[in-house]
Amino acid sequence: MNKPRTAGRTVGGLRPLALQGPAVTLLFLWMIVPLAMTIWFSLQRYNLLMPGMTGFAGLENYQYLFTDPALWTAMLNTLLLVGWVLVITVVGGTLLAVLFQQEFFGRGIARVLVISPFFVMPTVSALVWKNLMMHPANGVLAWVASLFGAEPVDWFSSLPMTSIVIIVAWQWLPFALLILLTAMQSLDEDQVEAARMDGAGPLSVFFFITLPHLKRAISVVIMIEMIFLLTVFAEIFVTTSGGPGLATTNLAYLIYIRALLDFDVGMASAGGVVAIVLANIVAIFLVRMVAKNLED
Amino acid sequence: MNNSMFKRFCIGLLAWVIAFVIFFPIFWMVLTGFKTETAAIADPSLIFSPTLDSYIEVQQRADYFKFAWNSVVISFGSTILALLIAIPAAYSMAFLPTRRTKGTLLWMLSTKMLPPVGVLVPIYLLFRDTGLLDTKLGLVIVYTLMNLPIVVWMLYTFFKDLPRDILEAGRMDGASTLQEVVYLLLPLTLPGIASTGLLSVILSWNEAFWSLNLTSSQAAPLTAYIASFSSPEGLFWAKLSAASTMAIAPILVFGWLTQKQMVRGLTFGAVK
Amino acid sequence: MATLQLKNIVKQFGDIQVIKGVDLDVNDKEFVVFVGPSGCGKSTLLRIIAGLENATSGDITIDGRRINDIGPAERGLAMVFQSYALYPHMTVEDNMGFSLRLARVPKAERRDKVMAAARVLQLEELLERKPKALSGGQRQRVAIGRAIVRNPSVFLFDEPLSNLDAALRVQMRIELARLHDELNATMIYVTHDQIEAMTMADKIVVLQKGEVEQVGSPMELYHHPRNRFVAGFIGSPTMNFLPVEFQDSTHEGVQVTLPGGKTCRVPVDGTGVSVATSLELGIRPEHLNLQEDGPLSGRIQVIERLGGATSLYVQMDTGMVTVIADGDVAHKVGDVVRFGFEPVRGHLFRDDGLALTSLHQHPLTGIDRQSNRAPVEGSHS
Repeated sequence: MNKPRTAGRTVGGLRPLALQGPAVTLLFLWMIVPLAMTIWFSLQRYNLLMPGMTGFAGLENYQYLFTDPALWTAMLNTLLLVGWVLVITVVGGTLLAVLFQQEFFGRGIARVLVISPFFVMPTVSALVWKNLMMHPANGVLAWVASLFGAEPVDWFSSLPMTSIVIIVAWQWLPFALLILLTAMQSLDEDQVEAARMDGAGPLSVFFFITLPHLKRAISVVIMIEMIFLLTVFAEIFVTTSGGPGLATTNLAYLIYIRALLDFDVGMASAGGVVAIVLANIVAIFLVRMVAKNLED
Repeated sequence: MNNSMFKRFCIGLLAWVIAFVIFFPIFWMVLTGFKTETAAIADPSLIFSPTLDSYIEVQQRADYFKFAWNSVVISFGSTILALLIAIPAAYSMAFLPTRRTKGTLLWMLSTKMLPPVGVLVPIYLLFRDTGLLDTKLGLVIVYTLMNLPIVVWMLYTFFKDLPRDILEAGRMDGASTLQEVVYLLLPLTLPGIASTGLLSVILSWNEAFWSLNLTSSQAAPLTAYIASFSSPEGLFWAKLSAASTMAIAPILVFGWLTQKQMVRGLTFGAVK
Repeated sequence: MATLQLKNIVKQFGDIQVIKGVDLDVNDKEFVVFVGPSGCGKSTLLRIIAGLENATSGDITIDGRRINDIGPAERGLAMVFQSYALYPHMTVEDNMGFSLRLARVPKAERRDKVMAAARVLQLEELLERKPKALSGGQRQRVAIGRAIVRNPSVFLFDEPLSNLDAALRVQMRIELARLHDELNATMIYVTHDQIEAMTMADKIVVLQKGEVEQVGSPMELYHHPRNRFVAGFIGSPTMNFLPVEFQDSTHEGVQVTLPGGKTCRVPVDGTGVSVATSLELGIRPEHLNLQEDGPLSGRIQVIERLGGATSLYVQMDTGMVTVIADGDVAHKVGDVVRFGFEPVRGHLFRDDGLALTSLHQHPLTGIDRQSNRAPVEGSHS
């Protein structure tokens, strides 16, 4: 008698273990080795500027970290940045998807233009926005303000977080648009027609037909963006360097400051562990959401 | 002019205005690259005499082509590697699901959420000790692993849309697992695989954290090239714009040329 | 030449047993139909035979060779899927020749075999087309062609006609029967449609909840259902069931009291049934006749006139029964009618669902589809 096997398997086919093995093993190593090392370093006294002072530190690094007000500011900044960019890109992306789904002259070219920012590397977009757009004296925005007789805004010192959000949202809005536009194309026209026959206006069609249809695509957008937004780095590095003060320092940047500017490996690693924990908390919510999507 | 034509005109106008506003920073950057430094900081104007001076000066400072070549090798190399590893995994998840499949997939995605900065120090030290620091191979490895979860997940969604019957028919016809993948799965999901690959190339091309921290001169890609212009001393906007234009031009053109393909791949599930 | 045996096949998905120990013998050149309501395990059983699914326990043998651990391709079977499962990126010719290509058959030989199959199915004109450009019936034929090309010992069909419209289904049914004769092959066919089962099968296997309810020729199942489930499943419209009471049993049959008080002696073996036990009388709609002095009566609720015949839905005190009457009956809705039946047409079921054995064997039960054709040759018991 054979022993019971799992469902859905052809006789003689390759087993999932063999097929998934490479991917799972590599990702596991990629996750576990640095993670173990980070945790290990976080328990050490390890500052590259003070080579003599090494040894086991216990939870000292964490104690310093948690009493450091910078940590809490950085966490709040991280959440603010992620939250705002998500709201702007998802809402904006949905509205733009509806707009760019309509027939109009040169639609193809307009679409290509509008998704272009997604292809621009973060360092470049940060540099362009910082210098050409938002520069208080010679930037285009300052010039536009002067046309209306308004006082030019010194974006990075008076509205630092807003500026970062604008730059990051500018990069990710096209991504949301691209995904949602794609999803829109699979919308059943008969359904829209039927709703029209039932007397639904454009707004009702949007809320009762289009939006539910986009639900899955929207959660995909949120998931992918969240992964990248939690670790925004280059935009901050190039523009504000986390300032003024700590106004734009997110968790990723804080760890960078500790590790590479203060050379405190122990402290940076403790920050890394905190970032990982935070990411996992977010991940749990995210995974729930995606898991629901995997059902169908 | 009738009412519906007018409506369409308004929609078109609105869409074009928005498209122009969103595209404007890129447009302005390209334009500024052809200006003189004086013109670059003067009041915005579309009328100027274009010059290639900035490009020439920028090229004298650093060899653009070396960086560009590194970017090409690293992003395509890591994408091909990621696809090779991900295709079998996604195949088995889509067609031989077990109770653990969903968990595995979600776990893979969750590894993506580890902030790279959290593990920078150990990776840096590992790379230093294994001689991978500042090598193309090192970055290829990092990018492969970085994109692997998303690549597996996207391929999984594309594969899952393929009717199982077709692969089973292939099996009845005598196809081995490898033949099934080569003769049936790959040709049938090519649009999806292509769009996955394109996304992976773009993400690798634009990645700036690992490339800045793990390379210095030999393997530095275009992200590092442009970062070397970020410090303002001795550099003016025209040159910065010229360098930026060169850094993004290849991937922007690549993106424009392939966006149809990307969209086609993404709609594959719905259109079939 | 191919015979197939299933011995105590069990299939478990996790903790759920979907096939609960199936035994079956399929003879050479036989057309066997698995029939049953959806979820009865018939498709799973077919997939186990195909090798697309592992049996949890039990033995599958073809011509005496155990094939449990042999991959689908090496079993020498071909399968036609419900969705046809044509390869959308290949032409009809490539679809049909794919198995030969995998087996490294030379191109010329491949073409010959594909052409031969295409001729049988009248697909010659379509060889260059892609599946997208074919109609449902044509796709169906390509799927069958793909199976023929492999020259399998056993053909497996998984509800192949369920995606076709009614007219095409009838046509394909005839074509499949013709193919069976022409190819002289063993065929196993899964369907939920009892008409397909009745018209095509040499042997029908009725499945319910993973168990075989009855195996037999179509006429055997129709005239001598082993239990209430088979009786209700085979035949259309479905059999009527009336509560009756056992009175006595002799060598001539069982005497029961019908609803309304009349009695009737049904020629079945009533040994072991005690007096006053409740039984169920099964009687097919086409076996109920309108009679002025019939033992049963009820009020007509609905009349469906089909021209040749009329279906009367009659409300009795004990429930609704269907009567198939002549096309020209003049009754109206609301009329009270009396009706009866020949006792030999009746079936009696105990409360555990099993039928009391009939004392007369219906003369047609030995007949299968092949011996329907003249001249009758050989035996296909």
